[in-house]
Amino acid sequence: MSWEWGIIIEYLPRLLDGAWLTLELVLVSGLMGLALAVPISLARSSDNFWVRALPFAYIFFFRGTPLLVQIFLIYYGASQFDAVKESALWVVLKEPYWCAIIAFTLNTAAYSAELFRGAIQAIPKGEIEAAKAMGMSPPLMIRRIVLPRAFGIALPAYGNEMVLMLKGSALASTITLLDLTGMARTIIARTYTPLEMFMAAGLVYLVIGAAMIGIFRLIEYRFNRYQYYKHTPLPANIDPQLRDEHIDD
Amino acid sequence: MINQQPALELVDIHKSYGAIEVLKGVSLTANEGDVVSILGSSGSGKSTLLRCINLLERPNQGQIRVGGEELALKPAKDGALVAADRKQLEKMRSRIGFVFQQFNLWPHKTILQNIIESPIHVLKQPKDQAVVRAQELLRKVGLYEKQDVYPGNLSGGQQQRIAIARTLAMDPQLLLFDEPTSALDPELVNEVLSVMRDLADEGRTMLIVTHEMRFARDVSSQVIFLHQGQVEECGTAEQVFEAPKSQRVQDFMSSHQ
Repeated sequence: MSWEWGIIIEYLPRLLDGAWLTLELVLVSGLMGLALAVPISLARSSDNFWVRALPFAYIFFFRGTPLLVQIFLIYYGASQFDAVKESALWVVLKEPYWCAIIAFTLNTAAYSAELFRGAIQAIPKGEIEAAKAMGMSPPLMIRRIVLPRAFGIALPAYGNEMVLMLKGSALASTITLLDLTGMARTIIARTYTPLEMFMAAGLVYLVIGAAMIGIFRLIEYRFNRYQYYKHTPLPANIDPQLRDEHIDD
Repeated sequence: MINQQPALELVDIHKSYGAIEVLKGVSLTANEGDVVSILGSSGSGKSTLLRCINLLERPNQGQIRVGGEELALKPAKDGALVAADRKQLEKMRSRIGFVFQQFNLWPHKTILQNIIESPIHVLKQPKDQAVVRAQELLRKVGLYEKQDVYPGNLSGGQQQRIAIARTLAMDPQLLLFDEPTSALDPELVNEVLSVMRDLADEGRTMLIVTHEMRFARDVSSQVIFLHQGQVEECGTAEQVFEAPKSQRVQDFMSSHQ
């Protein structure tokens, strides 16, 4: 076996181009998935059966089928319908980039919505009652109490979901996208150095994953700081003006 | 006093959980400045009655009037009553302070944030005004120096005093206390009771579900004894404590001396 450091160094810029696309896919579909997951999770925690049922069907499908199948269904499936090809949607659906984004978004939204639903239901009932007793309207209560509280509860699991999504994004390479995995395979096809290239790609994934874990740790520390807060009494003679400046909303 | 209308009127409140009827037609009137204690053994429906007043629990029948204004109710599919007008309910709730057995502070917000949350977002007060008022209330309950910590940093008694301050920040016309000291260690009970005593002395209208007999006897202008969802006895503190007519109340009093 020979190990070619030169090849890795030569192709590293291309790999990083691929990594950039990977990051873009994860970030764009992560944000869109989050935006979708919040209303879906609220619908899932509704008291009304029909409001609960529709998102359940969606979540059931996207959690129960492989991501690869979902990508193929959207990428190859959409073009089978003339109606789609003639519609304005085709501008988006003919692009593998957008097909991947759509599949990732719908997939992560389904998982995240279940995470958030669990978190919403884990909020102690009394805290919700306190908000009701204050005269909060349901939208105000959701905005000020339920979502911030649920987000704090769901954060560790949500960070995990994002890391899973980073690794799942490798499947974008199956529909011609040159993400980190796609790029590595293309380079390998040219240079016949699978070991070096997959090793290098794996390391880049590891670095990105580590950074994501770190970022989520920071968000968690900031968002759930009440859990880490250690009360050190202020000196009795502190200027009250000074103390009041620390109050944030 | 100033208001001719009773501060609170409950008429014939019924509440069932399935086949079990926990309130069998309870009526009650509290005038401005009254302190009404609701006593009874556990399962007698005391807390349920209190929670029906601001519809945390949905009664099956009955009328609720706060300061002369009747809360419009309509039956839901399951037969229990719900507010006919959500806005009216929210407005009414904002004027009724409710203090829970388990304090129910929002753990992710600091003490000050807990207190100013509803004045700012429900009553639309400007933030600096809400902060000034909150700090006043924190001094009143003796916890000014705790404003920047989180509920988890406080003892149960301190949390309950904060919960009372949070309620007072809404300037409620009526205060409801649902066993405010039952979740506290015995040595923490008095700090909460003394805050409540001050409120009674200020002439606030209060309804208190409690097991603190001595306290109820000292502060109440009216005592209601519930038994199996009905008013067993009702009168001034002296009447109910010193000379109860019902045998059941006599037994209860002698076992709670």
